[in-house]
Amino acid sequence: MRFALGKWALPLYTVLAFIYLLIPIAYTFVFSFNDSFKSNISWRGFTFNNWLNVCGEPGVCDAFGTSVLIGVVSTVLATILGTMIAIALVRYEFKARSQVSLLLFLPMATPEIVLGAGLASQFFNMGVTKGLGTVIVAHVMFCLSFVVVTVKARVASLDPALEEAGSDLYATPAQVFRKVTLPLLTPGIMSAALLAFALSFDDFIITNFNAGPVDTFPKFVYTAAAKGIPAEANVIGSAVFLVAIIAVVLVQLNSARKQKRLLAGK
Amino acid sequence: MATEFVARGSNLDLVGIRKEFPGFTAIDDLDLHIPAGEFFALLGPSGCGKTTTLRLVAGLEEPTSGQILIGGKDVSHTKPHERPVNTVFQSYALFPHMSVLENVAFGLKQRKIADPLKRASEALDLVQLGHLAGRRPQQLSGGQQQRVALARALVNRPSLLLLDEPLGALDLKLRREMQIELKAIQIEVGLTFLHVTHDQEEAMDMADTVAVMNKGHIEQMGAPEKLYDRPKTVFVSKFLGQSNLFIGKIVETSANSLSIDVVGYKISVPKDRAEKHTGKIAIGVRPEKADLFQNKPADSSSQNLIGPGEVKDIRFTGVSNQFLVDVPNIGLVTVFEQNEGNSTVELGDQVWISWKVEHSFGLADLPADTLDEE
Repeated sequence: MRFALGKWALPLYTVLAFIYLLIPIAYTFVFSFNDSFKSNISWRGFTFNNWLNVCGEPGVCDAFGTSVLIGVVSTVLATILGTMIAIALVRYEFKARSQVSLLLFLPMATPEIVLGAGLASQFFNMGVTKGLGTVIVAHVMFCLSFVVVTVKARVASLDPALEEAGSDLYATPAQVFRKVTLPLLTPGIMSAALLAFALSFDDFIITNFNAGPVDTFPKFVYTAAAKGIPAEANVIGSAVFLVAIIAVVLVQLNSARKQKRLLAGK
Repeated sequence: MATEFVARGSNLDLVGIRKEFPGFTAIDDLDLHIPAGEFFALLGPSGCGKTTTLRLVAGLEEPTSGQILIGGKDVSHTKPHERPVNTVFQSYALFPHMSVLENVAFGLKQRKIADPLKRASEALDLVQLGHLAGRRPQQLSGGQQQRVALARALVNRPSLLLLDEPLGALDLKLRREMQIELKAIQIEVGLTFLHVTHDQEEAMDMADTVAVMNKGHIEQMGAPEKLYDRPKTVFVSKFLGQSNLFIGKIVETSANSLSIDVVGYKISVPKDRAEKHTGKIAIGVRPEKADLFQNKPADSSSQNLIGPGEVKDIRFTGVSNQFLVDVPNIGLVTVFEQNEGNSTVELGDQVWISWKVEHSFGLADLPADTLDEE
């Protein structure tokens, strides 16, 4: 009896956990095909119209574009800054290194509402007009810590002898960085960038405090929720989800192919 | 032409090198001359400063004071990429994001030498890995990676090739194979090799000259046979092979030999094989130079004789039998007898130990545990 329980309990638990995780996504996906009218809460029939006219609802696509723009710019800035900080923290001895390390964890531990409100009052005090710029500053700030933590792990696992070998083989420090350090850190930097983009793209709380008139996708959905989220929002949500899944599958297939090719010694 | 290969190795000179790290001195006033084309080994236990010395020559560390000259040119304050030196790292440090061929061609491409890939494949052929050029380093075995690292350094025809415990990660059989191969390659390319190792067998097997390092300075330097035959300090006598040491006051000095008194035994050493001629001295003998006797041999002025002592342990190693004999008031003495299949000595037997006076050597210092008795 106990044996049978052990045999069934874990798979059952796993399936339940997945259902629990996937229900909201499935709901969003299914209702992106709803032939909605004003609100998208009850099922009124199947249609492709929402997918075909994503930008039909005023504001949806503008908000989406704004979010992508903010995401890309913040990701690039946070990734460059964060990578430099991570390398400095692992490779160089300097005063207050451990304190800096600790300080970088603070934004991760601080509630977003505090960060958002604090930053907003700073901008107010300094007389900065809220807009795209302030949102990007805010996003770079909270993405930075995640980039540093992710890249730092990669730098720490990098054998310093590899960089030494580079300089031993006549490469200048800049060439060592470009030809040895950077390529070896790329997987860490890429995952840090993806994480930063994801964090930036769906941030609502900090954005809401610092965006002023700028409408990002999460802000649009939040505002729209009051009168019923338009089905176009479901379409964009589902599309982002599908793109992410397809990207992951492609990356996996690609690395499997590479592995195979390498083993063949070609 | 600046990009032309250096045809042969260069001299390496270290002058008054000192290297301090926060809290300790790794190298203390080191002077060293390595002639061009020589296979030179720095031998010592971990922490003796041998790897630091190598890193100083490579330019990966900067000396606190002193000069480093390669081919007579002062390179003390140049960066690693500006030195005509290449290193085979202990961890091999092959670039995992490049193929084996790209690894080997890296240095050539950096120096913009014509046909880097062709030269790189030739270097791979030299280490018999031409067929694996397209692989990634992580797909190779340890021994293969080691050879790629060697090819990657050799292909640049450096004035000086530095080897940092390059065989340390290989198993015994592969190690011995690589030793032979490495030595053959060195003779073929005629470069100056500076090899750092803690394996005395490896150092003696390959090097023309061995320098034994201890606590940041060179204890003794010379050809392997000389070093083994005439160690000058306790450290060298124990680190390079094994030694039996006898400590006593010099009681008799003749024209060409001197004798010490060790609890009643007279042990002699030729004068020219002793580092000092007065006071307390440690006289040593290698275990394989001593012989066991089950009956007391006749006294002879050309032989040192101690015993009887009890055989406490016999270890069979194949080539030889290793006996541990407890001689009263002297302690344990090790004797190696060649395994000729006729040993009748058994555990608990009473035996005498004898060796030729000319096989003794007198050391400059005394073992640390006897110093306080003085």
